[in-house]
Amino acid sequence: MLARRFGDFADAEDATQEALLAAATQWPVEGVPENPRGWLIQVGHRRMIELVRSEVARRRREDLAGRREPDARWIAPAADEPAADSDDTLVLLFLCCHPTLSTSSAIALTLRAVGGLTTAEIARAFLVPEATMAQRISRAKQRIRDSGVPFRMPEEAERQARLAAVLHVLYLVFTEGHTASVGPALRRVDLSEEAVRLTRAIHALLPDDSEVAGLLALMLLTDARAAARTGPAGELISLAEQDRGRWDADAIAEGTALVTRAITRGPVGPYQLQAAIAALHDEAPTATDTDWPQILALYEVLERLSGSPVVALNRAVATAMVHGPAAGLDALAALDVDARLAGQHRLDAARAHLYEMAGERERAVAHYRAAAGRTSSRPEQHYLLMRAARLAGTDDAGH
Amino acid sequence: MKYMLLMQFSAAGTDFPSIDTWTPEEIAAHIGFMREVDGKLTAAGELVQAEGLGGPQQARIVRAGEGGAPVVTEGPFAETKEFLAGWWIVDCDTPQRATEIAAYISTAPGPGGRPLRMPIEVHPVMSAPPQEL
Repeated sequence: MLARRFGDFADAEDATQEALLAAATQWPVEGVPENPRGWLIQVGHRRMIELVRSEVARRRREDLAGRREPDARWIAPAADEPAADSDDTLVLLFLCCHPTLSTSSAIALTLRAVGGLTTAEIARAFLVPEATMAQRISRAKQRIRDSGVPFRMPEEAERQARLAAVLHVLYLVFTEGHTASVGPALRRVDLSEEAVRLTRAIHALLPDDSEVAGLLALMLLTDARAAARTGPAGELISLAEQDRGRWDADAIAEGTALVTRAITRGPVGPYQLQAAIAALHDEAPTATDTDWPQILALYEVLERLSGSPVVALNRAVATAMVHGPAAGLDALAALDVDARLAGQHRLDAARAHLYEMAGERERAVAHYRAAAGRTSSRPEQHYLLMRAARLAGTDDAGH
Repeated sequence: MKYMLLMQFSAAGTDFPSIDTWTPEEIAAHIGFMREVDGKLTAAGELVQAEGLGGPQQARIVRAGEGGAPVVTEGPFAETKEFLAGWWIVDCDTPQRATEIAAYISTAPGPGGRPLRMPIEVHPVMSAPPQEL
């Protein structure tokens, strides 16, 4: 009832609890009032007004503090919004993606507090019970309260690292929406949209940050292929076999323009490089027109920058596209000893592709099957099984 | 009343070759059928939850060791050829309906498009309100 009147559930909950607490301490002493329910509502109501007042006062203090410390870089040239609100969005994002939080908590809190999704919507998107998600969010809030992180812009020195954490969370929200393609797919598409929307908002606030632009470009360029990425039965279709006519030309144009501008200005970072690679794929009218030498060059830079074995693996595939499958397989062999890839399906899947390219069907089929047994993504498992079956059918290698 | 339908493969209960030896068409038909099951149960307002599990290579068995520390072994799945592939939880009016759904799932097509007739275990979920005693 308090939540309905004030439209803020968390505060109403707090107020109700305080009213109950007051009842528990006062009633035994002063006796139970004639209308206990009415009494509770009235106490809760008074408490709610106090909360709202202190909230208004807090905002006023923050606005004042914000105005005292102007920093051109962090105040958007807002056309339609007062700068203080924009600032708040950023500060809130920094808080929600604070490094003391686990990734899943940061994601949930960001979607709730910045994205404005309801707890029920977030729970549905991640296929967990609503009570579980409510608890995850409230624990995240508690953790931030306990850590004593102030509600203000991080110091200049740590801003870049904190921004990287924000971008990482948004990237994860995006991929969560983008990679789910069985059953719950329709519900999860919203996550990609939400990630794009939030990244767009940050880009509007920090138009000169090249990695923010890079991430937005990467999302747009990846999302542009979404319609062609799955077949009528929801099965995954590989990049090379997608119907490029179904790609979203507007998103490609916007993403390409964004990443081109960002890379020219720099400093260059991993999101811009990944976006540039995605742009090269998206710009090719057919798979065979893909500019693989350029993609390989970008992967080499990205590998040096990130040191990620997954990037190394993609670089090996690009190597195969430029210098032939044998060179790619050599590059993969170097990754066998990388503990970070051990037990994962990725190495097997990449090897399967390269053996298929090399015409070594038997080996390709064996690696596709091994990868299918190890992946934890159902659509990917189906895709790998199908590739194995198709190859095994073309000669009797697999039987 | 809720029921859990378990798709459990065992050497005794399955007499079809493993899916990685099927043709692409057979795999596609099987996947399409499973997708359709979830769609139908959702449309009927009966689906509570459905999950597929990772293969036996990914499963582990955990026991508490000295002081409660986890002792992890790879499952005996490979040897016994018995593992849980996935489950549905359905909420339906009668036990007959749960049986009907299980039988339908069991018709999932396999090699040659023939029904696999794999065993589906039907377990009532302990969620009914208590009876007056």
